[in-house]
Amino acid sequence: MQMTIGVIYAVLFWAATLVLVLGVANKIRIYAKVPAPLKIPTTPAPVTQGGVVLRMMQEVFLFKSLFRSDKLLWALGFLFHYTMLLIVIRHFRYVQEPVWGFVQFMQPFGKYAGFLFIIGLLGLLARRLLIDRVRYITAPSDIAMLLLLIMIGVSGLFMSFVSHTDIVMVKAFFRGLLLFDWQPLPTDAILLLHLGLVAILMLIFPISKLLHAPGIFFSPTRNQIDNPREKRHLAPWAAELEKQNKMFLDELE
Amino acid sequence: MADYDVPEISGEDGIVDVPNLQPDAMKSHGPWVSKPEFQEAMHFPTDFNMPEDVSDYGNTDTLVENWKERALDKMADLKGRYRSLQVFLDICVKCGACTDKCHYYLGSTDPKNMPVARQDLLRKVYRRYFTFAGKFFGKMGMPGFVGAAELDEDVVKDWYNYYHQCSQCRRCSVFCPYGIDTAEISMAAREILDHIGMGQKYCTEIMGKLNKIGNNLGLPEAALADTLEGLEEDIYDETGVDVKLPLDKKGSEILLITPSADFFAEPHVDGLMGYAKVFHELGLDWTLSSYASEGANFGMFIGSYENMRKVSLRIRKAAQDLGVKRIVFGECGHAWRVAYNFLNTLAGPFDFLDQNYPIPQHVLEITEPALAAGKLKIDKSKNDDKVLTFHDSCNIARGSRMGPKPGGQFDIPRNVIRAVCNNFVDMPADTIHDATFCCGGGGGILTDDLMDIRIKGAQPRMEALKHVTDKHQVTHMAAICAICKSQFTKVIPYYGFSMDMIVSVHQLVSNAIFLTGQLTEEEIEAKEAAEEAERIAAMEARKKAAEEKAAKEAAEKDTDKTKKDE
Repeated sequence: MQMTIGVIYAVLFWAATLVLVLGVANKIRIYAKVPAPLKIPTTPAPVTQGGVVLRMMQEVFLFKSLFRSDKLLWALGFLFHYTMLLIVIRHFRYVQEPVWGFVQFMQPFGKYAGFLFIIGLLGLLARRLLIDRVRYITAPSDIAMLLLLIMIGVSGLFMSFVSHTDIVMVKAFFRGLLLFDWQPLPTDAILLLHLGLVAILMLIFPISKLLHAPGIFFSPTRNQIDNPREKRHLAPWAAELEKQNKMFLDELE
Repeated sequence: MADYDVPEISGEDGIVDVPNLQPDAMKSHGPWVSKPEFQEAMHFPTDFNMPEDVSDYGNTDTLVENWKERALDKMADLKGRYRSLQVFLDICVKCGACTDKCHYYLGSTDPKNMPVARQDLLRKVYRRYFTFAGKFFGKMGMPGFVGAAELDEDVVKDWYNYYHQCSQCRRCSVFCPYGIDTAEISMAAREILDHIGMGQKYCTEIMGKLNKIGNNLGLPEAALADTLEGLEEDIYDETGVDVKLPLDKKGSEILLITPSADFFAEPHVDGLMGYAKVFHELGLDWTLSSYASEGANFGMFIGSYENMRKVSLRIRKAAQDLGVKRIVFGECGHAWRVAYNFLNTLAGPFDFLDQNYPIPQHVLEITEPALAAGKLKIDKSKNDDKVLTFHDSCNIARGSRMGPKPGGQFDIPRNVIRAVCNNFVDMPADTIHDATFCCGGGGGILTDDLMDIRIKGAQPRMEALKHVTDKHQVTHMAAICAICKSQFTKVIPYYGFSMDMIVSVHQLVSNAIFLTGQLTEEEIEAKEAAEEAERIAAMEARKKAAEEKAAKEAAEKDTDKTKKDE
């Protein structure tokens, strides 16, 4: 039984990883390929490449624009994302051998971050239900995604604090995944739920709004240098208009 | 004034309270649709039937054939050419940070005027037809689960209505954690609408005039020359100095491109006289062009790169034909965004111009350093009858820059105002600089058929203005955009303000500047009195001559009569 489950989950995780990696890579390829024909940084914008990197880092790590627009949402979002980071770091112990000192050091932080993770998510969910403007723009999938994350968190916490699973076997399973080696998996329902939900999260990543993670780096209003007068910016399709001396795209050969 | 539902303003803290939603508060047929002939001039499809009534707007029998397929084709085309569109359609997490940032939502309470909801009108169609999740749940008959929706007539009607309640001011993009700019979405939506027979009359007609005559007003060369001559006379009468406003003067150093409203509208024209005085005083050799007598570029509003480029190329041609060395832009927000950010792309490279100056340059980038260097003689007391505040125009604040440093677009106009006025007060911090509120009339909305949304969209700015007029005795608001000036003069009376409280920044310069050789007020009075005396003397001389002549004739007649009698 443990072996059968191990095989099913191995296939599931390999498939999910494949979808996640190829799906996101494909989206990144599209974002990189589609040109930005005009300079549209939201100004005031940096006038150097270094300035743009700094601006982007402030957005990615500090959520700077969000801080300006909505302090409560910023606090909840910050809590959720950073506790998730701690939790992910903690989980490295299930694939590393030997486990890095840093990951070992982070174990207690990652373990208790789970509670704050749930609090952050519940706050985000409450916003969606209680604020009329946010309720209006919420699709069922937005709620479903929060519930998915909450359930991942709760099932994880349950295993940490209430009903432990066979961690040694889990680790052997994931080490096996890396080496394409079938390994058994404990048949605890809570573990299977936890892992199944994580696989779903990986599967929907490239087809959902979770694309905001790679997408922000391609946002022209944030990643462009404010230097249009100094440096001419021209997209390939616009250059073609000039080259063929045509006014409209449908006149191009 | 026609009857509109005008929001109330208190002026308490200058900030509008975020209203509760009122779905469909602004549901309407949208602005007038453009006729096929105007669409043709813009190279858009014309195989549609002009709707006879607004109730037909967006119905299949008034759209182009296969409109649904062609709308989706256009969407695919645009997302393949604009990274902004592709990325922004994908990455919104619906966090709601933007929901209380749009002046049209704050003023109208219609939820579809919240930036994310406005984007979703297009995004839900993108999700349905171009994403796995939308296709999958669409086939299962529940596209709404993932925020997707079928494209049908109602969606087109919403597009036309709500994408013409967006002034593309980009305030939402400042506050979005990913920089999603609704302007990019609304431009794309208008481009799609233009390709299915739903162009907007206002924008397309105006661009038609520009392409034919050279400016948005359809002001022909002779009328323009007359106007400029009249302005020269006005300046002469007022100062006794011969300040020129040259037109098509070949070999000039500077080509001035300014919004055509500067040629006749108030207070725009006072700004134009201000530029003329500054150029005169600095000894700059400049000219306007009748071929490119328009700064504004409505191609941006409809998201048409091709049409925007076509308009921009007129400026390049005018600069080459006149043999100028520099291009300078007057006070106009959208013009400056297109000029600063896009002109080099659309109509460059400008290797034939003097590379020692920014290409193009804003007129404030000339006036401000000149004032700072003391090159202009200023009498600030000439503006002592006013307490000024300054309205940052959105396209300048969030879509461009002035001067070498980021944020120069905020400091430079304020430096100029402070250099020519003694009394200046800023409006509350959340309503200025890059958080500025749109005047309510930008981005192709400045048309009478959209008065209702124009009035409502002005509310956040009016609230801030009311605050400084009540608490800080502000009497005038200066602006540096033709649309802001036109929109405010039209709309602020609805909020109980007087339309003449809107002034151009260069109008303030014009008031305070003392030109070399300018006559003082006493001298002007003396000059006028002398001219008047001269005129009276001449009149009397003529009268006297006429009397003498009449007397002589009478005498001659008498003589004749006497002779006949004899």
